[in-house]
Amino acid sequence: MKERLGEDVIAMRAAKELKSGDCCNLGLGLPQLLAMYVPDGVRFQAENGALGYGPLVTEDNWQEADYGKVDAGGRFFTTAPGMSYFDFLTSFAMIRSGRIYSVLGGLQVSEKGDLANHSMGGEDIYLMIGGAMDLAWGAKKVIVTMTHTTKDGKPKIVRKLTLPATARNSVDMVITDLAVMEITDKGVVLKETAPGWSAEEIQALTEPKLALAPDLKEMEL
Amino acid sequence: MKDYGKVYASADEALAGIPDGVVMAAHTWGFCGTPHHLFAAIMRSNIKDITLLCPNFMPFGALEKFLPGPTSLLPKLKKVITPGIGGSRAMGTDDKGFLDDYVKSGQLETEVIPHGIWIERLHAAAMGLGGFYNPVGVGTDVETGKEKRVIDGREYFLEKPIRPDVGIIKALKADRFGNLVYYGASRGSYPIIAQASRLTIVEVDELVEEGEIDPEAIVTPGIYVDRIVKIQEADVGSAKQKKELMQLIMGDAILRKVLLGVSDKGDQK
Repeated sequence: MKERLGEDVIAMRAAKELKSGDCCNLGLGLPQLLAMYVPDGVRFQAENGALGYGPLVTEDNWQEADYGKVDAGGRFFTTAPGMSYFDFLTSFAMIRSGRIYSVLGGLQVSEKGDLANHSMGGEDIYLMIGGAMDLAWGAKKVIVTMTHTTKDGKPKIVRKLTLPATARNSVDMVITDLAVMEITDKGVVLKETAPGWSAEEIQALTEPKLALAPDLKEMEL
Repeated sequence: MKDYGKVYASADEALAGIPDGVVMAAHTWGFCGTPHHLFAAIMRSNIKDITLLCPNFMPFGALEKFLPGPTSLLPKLKKVITPGIGGSRAMGTDDKGFLDDYVKSGQLETEVIPHGIWIERLHAAAMGLGGFYNPVGVGTDVETGKEKRVIDGREYFLEKPIRPDVGIIKALKADRFGNLVYYGASRGSYPIIAQASRLTIVEVDELVEEGEIDPEAIVTPGIYVDRIVKIQEADVGSAKQKKELMQLIMGDAILRKVLLGVSDKGDQK
């Protein structure tokens, strides 16, 4: 089996999409790893009502963990100059306003940019819609980070979703353990490949036909 | 010192007169803003068949017996209206079966809607609206059965307001009129819950006299607050208890790792 990129490397690559001054919301799971890799000056937004908070509390400063300083994923943050607290209505107006970059996890992305990320469908009663529908609809740019295939090797980039949709026509970019792709009017464009992987090999694990970007290149970190 | 009759001696007394079948709203975010003190009183009360509106309906794991969260109320609930139910996968814990008895058996009705719709339905109630046309969730299961409309070329569906009978609120500080200041990210949906609810009950760490809170700093004006309970230091949900609990957990290397790493390995793998 050829080696695929680890979660941290996916997060590192996704972090390159953000620059100082951008405000960004990180979804649960893989997207949260971006926090370690974004450039200085990127502000994080937490749905529960905080913007621009400082680094997360770690083993080194665990005494600073405070029950009133918790992000959307339940992790403790430190305060930082310029940060703000606000209520939930303000938070979701912000999320729907097109001012926030959104990095979400994904179960499936369709060639039209439909996203499935909140439910396995069928008997799944553990529905976590959370802020994902609002983020996917209203963000300035929606970046999905996920593995390219399911655990049993099925493509997660599909022609049509088979899982319940979280949002339609909303994903701008998909970064996986094999590739960087953009969702455009003309379908899925392959922009970058993981080291050692050819476009043909990636195509074989992707349901829709990939268009090759004129500047297709190997992923750089 | 004016007395408005809003200050109650205990959480149990503050719940007086709440009938079965009540529609309740609270902000629930783990440690952060959950009204543990009033939840504990609701668990002790005889109130049943509650419909609970909360921003997530997740188990609080081992902490539940010290700080009751929304799932503690399960035996008293008829329905929950929330953007997130379960959360076991997201929280990285393997207690996936905790809801089976209630949800799969049909004992607990559930309505799962996005956060933005959830909060706007409360806001719409506060504003006295009959409903609003919402674009988020178009083309998903959330629009099923709802009136659809195209306005200026964009698709929407109708969402109706929800007015809670009772808002259960956690704030840092109140004066005797009920002017409220919150603490950090625990403000959450409370300012809107206070506006939307027919009756608002707040638990606070500090109770002060009028004039002691800077008017510029007041987030929820006291006109929205009906009943106030000051949490005593030794009580469930007090700042002291939460601080001690955090020190206790964080002082343990293994538990600390769990708490600091919460959601690190999350839902979407």
